[in-house]
Amino acid sequence: MTKVGLIVNPVAGIGGKVGLKGSDGEETQKKAFELGAVPESGKKAAIALRILKSEKDFVKIITCPGEMGENVCKEAGMDCEVISVPDESKRTGRDTTSDDTVRAAREFLNMGAELILFAGGDGTARDIMDAVGTSVPVLGIPAGCKIHSGVYALNPKKGGELAVRFVQGKVLRLKEAEVMDIDEEQFCKGIVCSRLYGYLKIPEEIRMVQNRKSGSVYSEEGAIERISDYLADTWDGEALYIVGGGSTTASIMKRMNLPYTLLGIDLVCAGQVIAADCTEKEILEAIDACASGKVRILVTVIGGQGYLFGRGNQQISAEVLRRVGKENIIAAASPDKMLSFLGKSLYIDTGDEEVNRYLTGYMRVIVGYGEYVVMKVSD
Amino acid sequence: MGYVKKNRDFHEARWDEPFIMEMGNPGERGILAPKASEEVKKLSGSLEELIPANLRRKKAPKLPELSQMQVLRHYMRLSQETIGTDINIDIGLGTCTMKYSPKVHEQLVRMEKFQELHPCQDESTVQGILEIMYQDEQYLKAISGMDRVSLKPAGGSQAIFANVQTIRAYFEEKGEGDQRNEIITTILSHPANPGTAATLGYKVITLYPDENGLPDIEALKAAVSEHTAALMITNPEDTGIYNDRIRQFVDIVHEAGGLCVYDQANLNGVFGLTRAKDAGFDMCHYNLHKSFSSPHGCQGPGAGAQCVSEKLAKYVASPTVEFDGKKYYLNDNRPDSIGRLRAFYGVPSVLIRAYAYIRSLGADGMKQIAELSILNNNYLIKKLLETKGLSMPFAKGRFRMEQARLSWRELTEETGVTTDDICRRIVDYGFQDYFTSHHPRVLPEPFTPEPVETYSKDDMDEYVAAFAAIADEAYTDPELVKGAPYKAALGARIQEECLTDWSRFATTWRAYKKHMNRPEEQEK
Repeated sequence: MTKVGLIVNPVAGIGGKVGLKGSDGEETQKKAFELGAVPESGKKAAIALRILKSEKDFVKIITCPGEMGENVCKEAGMDCEVISVPDESKRTGRDTTSDDTVRAAREFLNMGAELILFAGGDGTARDIMDAVGTSVPVLGIPAGCKIHSGVYALNPKKGGELAVRFVQGKVLRLKEAEVMDIDEEQFCKGIVCSRLYGYLKIPEEIRMVQNRKSGSVYSEEGAIERISDYLADTWDGEALYIVGGGSTTASIMKRMNLPYTLLGIDLVCAGQVIAADCTEKEILEAIDACASGKVRILVTVIGGQGYLFGRGNQQISAEVLRRVGKENIIAAASPDKMLSFLGKSLYIDTGDEEVNRYLTGYMRVIVGYGEYVVMKVSD
Repeated sequence: MGYVKKNRDFHEARWDEPFIMEMGNPGERGILAPKASEEVKKLSGSLEELIPANLRRKKAPKLPELSQMQVLRHYMRLSQETIGTDINIDIGLGTCTMKYSPKVHEQLVRMEKFQELHPCQDESTVQGILEIMYQDEQYLKAISGMDRVSLKPAGGSQAIFANVQTIRAYFEEKGEGDQRNEIITTILSHPANPGTAATLGYKVITLYPDENGLPDIEALKAAVSEHTAALMITNPEDTGIYNDRIRQFVDIVHEAGGLCVYDQANLNGVFGLTRAKDAGFDMCHYNLHKSFSSPHGCQGPGAGAQCVSEKLAKYVASPTVEFDGKKYYLNDNRPDSIGRLRAFYGVPSVLIRAYAYIRSLGADGMKQIAELSILNNNYLIKKLLETKGLSMPFAKGRFRMEQARLSWRELTEETGVTTDDICRRIVDYGFQDYFTSHHPRVLPEPFTPEPVETYSKDDMDEYVAAFAAIADEAYTDPELVKGAPYKAALGARIQEECLTDWSRFATTWRAYKKHMNRPEEQEK
């Protein structure tokens, strides 16, 4: 019997159809309901659950009361155990908060859930990440306005199919996927400012998860291992390395036996981390102080939009890039990730037009041991 | 008008035959060899004396013990559970060139005169096969435009490997061996290109296609440098789109000081129409078992031809076959050669078939092969694309060469039925499963047909009708397609995890038994 926790964020995505850019915060939600928004996350969760029902003898659903899960289970005809988070007063679901998601996810973890299924968007993903980190596999059913994270199934139907495969023991690998979110306040003013918040562990399945286009039989993990080996073997001990955030660069640091900041910029020189989670100022000072004069920037492509610079690593500023120079930028990402940009471009947005222009053109991205792809870079 | 059979009500034989290792009983024998007489024993000595100690087994091998009849029946049953080129319309294996291999050629390679040849025979006693090999080289020189051809490689990938070794030898002699450490290829080239380059220590730089489906020429310009050793490219790629800027690609690499290698494993679309040398290439290779007609698939036998220009001639593998005006001989005295590559010379059965093929067709016949395979392919694509849910990405409206990469993406999105599902379902219609794509799958839900020159219009119409029927099934009863095959020899589905999880690979009987004895397998 596989224990699956289910969280439905009843207000996820309600802002979208009424022209609001997101659904975070009580004010926005209130406005959305006033504008006539109808919650749809429950419907989407029910599509997945109806598929999962084929395994009902082998799966035990634990979920929250009312609109946060219980009602969806009833609609799909699926038995479930209901926990007491959130409490009875929030049964309509309209007044649930992100705190309820966090507490429910923690409760599932305590109860021994082997998979947490959630219907929501980037905000919900962040809450679940805050609660469980990478301790248990999580799978998102896309139901929010903002779907920038890589933790969702392609659609609710695929989500259900993937959950079935998980219950059948057919999911062989898990992988860490990015939890991204954009700042809604900024976004409403027309400024895209997405950030990498961290990682959730999701089932790795060909074709069923967003952002995976290729049907390669090789695991993402194996590819990143080969990239890490290659960079470790070709590492220049004299040079100062400015290492950007993300799980790919983190793996490289792990391979070098170095501590790392998952979501920040670390500086490495002579086999040691000389500064962690740096600001732009600290980076510029380190460049000035670098005895060998050799400086490299090591970054990965974060998120599904293809940004190399300007999203989630603003510390590596236009000034830093100008001083280090184009030829000293090392970009690395898994082959699958690069294939997801086939026919598209990578992007940079440093906020400085001159630097943007300087960096556009073509750039090599390391995708294996001594293997590169040549990618177009646009601003 | 021909006759197009639309529904054959096909059902393959299904024997659920055990492994031969599981069959038989101790003491069952196929042959009881008579014991040697005392007289013979006296002359030959004992077995122990005849076989050197280091070649003697300490224990008898654990082979199955069976009589001849049981063995024959076992393999006859297995043969009924295959769908080969001679029994089905084998259009689906794109890039493999599954053409008709003339049966008269089988008579040639089954002649005693040929079958009893041994590679260790003295040259004076094998002048016939050496002459055939020598003539093969002359013909292939004319077909490629190149100046030297080595028939040493045992297959296409080995020929590519030899080409990369040649690149290395060339630059080492120029003193640029360390500097030129990068090989550029494309994501839609055969994986043996990056594979052999990486095996020989080169960095591999891969180009993606542009919006027209051709390798991005601007990316190539950005990729070349003083580190470029070579460009390894094919034309057309698996998409079947002819790269009409190929000469520019070659020139860009030559200007940077690199060499250009043309992967012509499949020559069918350009036979007699274009030549590698004329496009400026320094090297190319052919899979002789494909375009030059040997029955192939299931690991062989194959043969590769490495074709090089004058400046690279001295590097090709040793020996070479030479003619001094009187006799043919093998030349091993070639100090600049990349070496022996493998034992002996070439795969003679394939080289004989290639010789017969070239001789029987002549120059005009070869040109016709290309023209017919292109014509067939474009007819097939036009008909196939009438199928709901099937599309052809890239270069809309442009004709394709001898093959095309199609995509079931739309059908998958609308019905949940994938290319792998259709690949299994097509077997229920009496066709071999088809080739989806090389890895990685650059295009979603791929399908790569190649009707070559030997299939008729009726054949193609029957083939297309089966896919139309399956697409119809996908839209009305997707579970039917997803559950396939029903009428094939193998009822059980492949456990994909056994193909991808190295800890569960079973490449030997012993490993298989070990896996099967694990408690979690016992439960299944």
